[in-house]
Amino acid sequence: MVILMMTSDKRPAAFMTSRRTYLSKRVRRETFVGWLFTLPALFMYAFFVLVPFLLTIVYSFFRWNGVGPMTWVGVKNYVYVFQVPNLIGTIFNAFWLVVWFSFIPVGLGLIVASVIHRVATGRFGAVARTVLFLPQVIALVAAGIIWGWLLALPGLINQALRTVGLGALTRAWLGDFNWALSAVGMVGVWVLLGFCIVLLQTGMTKIDPALYESARLDGASWFQEFLAITIPLLRHEIGVCLTVTVIAALAAFDIIWVTTAGGPGNSTSVPGIQIYILAFTQRAIGPASALAVMLMILVVIVILPIQWLTRESAQ
Amino acid sequence: MIKKTVLYSLVSLLVLASMLLSSCGAPATTEVPATVAPATVAPSTEVPTEPPATTVPNCGTDPVVMKVTFETGWDMPTQLTEEFTKQFPNVTWDISMEQFANLITTTPLLLASDNPPDLIRLPTMVSFAQDGLLLNLDNYATAFGWNEWPVPQLNQNRLDANWIRGSGTLYAMGLNYSMTGVFYNKTLAAQIGMTEPPQTVAEFEALLAAAKAAGLQPIMEWGSAKSGMGLAFPLQNLMAAYGLVGPINDWIFQKPGATIDTPTNLIAAQHLEMWIQNGYFPPDINAIEYTDAASRFGNGEGVFTFNGDWQNGGYDAAMPGNVGFFLFPPAEAGGGYAAMSAPLTYGIAANAKHADCAAFFFNWAATNETARQINVDGMGSNPGGPADASVPTVAAGSVTIDTLSAGPKLSGAMDFIANATSSIFAQGWTPELQKMVAGEQDAAGLLKAVQAEYEREISQ
Repeated sequence: MVILMMTSDKRPAAFMTSRRTYLSKRVRRETFVGWLFTLPALFMYAFFVLVPFLLTIVYSFFRWNGVGPMTWVGVKNYVYVFQVPNLIGTIFNAFWLVVWFSFIPVGLGLIVASVIHRVATGRFGAVARTVLFLPQVIALVAAGIIWGWLLALPGLINQALRTVGLGALTRAWLGDFNWALSAVGMVGVWVLLGFCIVLLQTGMTKIDPALYESARLDGASWFQEFLAITIPLLRHEIGVCLTVTVIAALAAFDIIWVTTAGGPGNSTSVPGIQIYILAFTQRAIGPASALAVMLMILVVIVILPIQWLTRESAQ
Repeated sequence: MIKKTVLYSLVSLLVLASMLLSSCGAPATTEVPATVAPATVAPSTEVPTEPPATTVPNCGTDPVVMKVTFETGWDMPTQLTEEFTKQFPNVTWDISMEQFANLITTTPLLLASDNPPDLIRLPTMVSFAQDGLLLNLDNYATAFGWNEWPVPQLNQNRLDANWIRGSGTLYAMGLNYSMTGVFYNKTLAAQIGMTEPPQTVAEFEALLAAAKAAGLQPIMEWGSAKSGMGLAFPLQNLMAAYGLVGPINDWIFQKPGATIDTPTNLIAAQHLEMWIQNGYFPPDINAIEYTDAASRFGNGEGVFTFNGDWQNGGYDAAMPGNVGFFLFPPAEAGGGYAAMSAPLTYGIAANAKHADCAAFFFNWAATNETARQINVDGMGSNPGGPADASVPTVAAGSVTIDTLSAGPKLSGAMDFIANATSSIFAQGWTPELQKMVAGEQDAAGLLKAVQAEYEREISQ
């Protein structure tokens, strides 16, 4: 380009213009082709995500049983959801699940990933990762049934407790008002730990080994390395892990539905379960949609700070 | 750059939000078929077209493919269709199976679809009839003479002008009529000195105490939220023992002003509370699922269990010749016997292509000798039908002999208190009874909480 401009001939200018037109045409065509490629995905996204998203908001202002005529009721559905018994309790349950679904898998995941990364890079590391990731692959319904057996009064966990002389602790874990939510939380740890480990370990492989080397030359311990290098450089991955797992906790449905269905006595009920019962069992689509919208707002409020914090650190 | 970051954040949040809503809001949205635009649905007051009643409807002679939806886990209806095809070879069946829990959610969508089922297992019926999705069966009832059958059979499937069950227009039929009561392990019952079924509630309670004293599990029952709380069975039996059947049915049928919070129901709930406190139920009942309770009883854990005759086959297989059945006794000796007895309800879609053939099938299932035998062999329930219909044979030693012979002793039949509204079981009885098991709810509080939930749901 520079060479062309230095010549006194008129042709280069014309050539430049035509090249510019050619370039912009090419860019435009490439953009067009690019859009064509994304179109199927975009259509699917709009049809299965955006349309239901908007419809949910619309439904939340109507009284509707899913089949019959719809009646506009304004914000009445939002008022109604506050009358759902123990609604505040279900939200509190969801926050308690954040500890189990999010904090423990991310915290434990950091430690396990770090250990695997440091001491077991070979086949053993791969096997460990696979075993820990397996719960993500197993169908949750099957897992729910197995966990139900394990946690039952005659189940394996209580048998183990009796064997080591802790018979006094045995109970029907999923049927106990005080322990059911934590038992479900344990299942959540089992499901989500592998996901966090794989994500965090992938992040660790991107950290420059020279940083660890220099730290070691300076006499840093494993724990100091972990605090000063691993965690700060993994902030972005930790952010992703936290975001996904916090949403999994606040919008939890499947893990709870297959283990306790919200029982005993609403002690493991979460907004997701209430939305399902309202929409599917009670056929009250309006209140179900209103609760879904409120849950979304709640999740956004919780997720927003996590997103901002990790964005800043990424820069 | 900052602006761009904020933009990214907002975009990613929007994506997150829409993912969340589409997952949480899915029940409200994706389940609605595009063909059912709310505005085009017939208003609930519109009466569905009635079939002509000039001749007795039948399946004709041309090839017919019946589209049907049955409940997963029960082979009997499918066996009936196979026998039907043997007798009427022009009729074949396109059968789809659904779990009962799924039926609650999918039935309205199936009924409202362009190609609705000719025959479908109905989990509930009032709201579907109200939405004009179910065929009015009155003309078929006249044509086939169903109205002459013993009265209680059809009444639970009738709806009056205010959509209250118990009388009026027929919207569904029962393939059979279940019987509920108390099953007992004959060996263990003999061990605690039970020589004949108890005649009063007090006698039954004495047996429970004897079982407890003997170190046996007095009652095996399920109670997890996944299965729904099984204590609703003994509670309703106690309600009918101490009070009248009529007001309980009024409450179930949502008659205006009906309440479950009555003085006699309080006595019933107090008895149940006492049974819980005395340790008559398993300590882990809140975590026991229906199938676990059935298999634990089958393995000899529990002298008694409250259940229905749909489990006869399972009990007979687990403990051949060792299972007995009796109706829950009245409070006073000589009082009438009452039990929950509900039809295995099937309906015909309002727009079904082969409604006549489906109605003919209903009539055939209740009157044909082979069909009645398949019915009893498959589920152990009473196949209903006319008073003079053939009596199916039952294998010696089967508990089905007990459950079938209990029918004539009944002086009052009730639907289930768990069926009063579509979610009273999930939102009312199950959590409140589970609380009672854990000592967090008492008898009075239980009835008040359930009544409040009932009123809240009806108002919606």
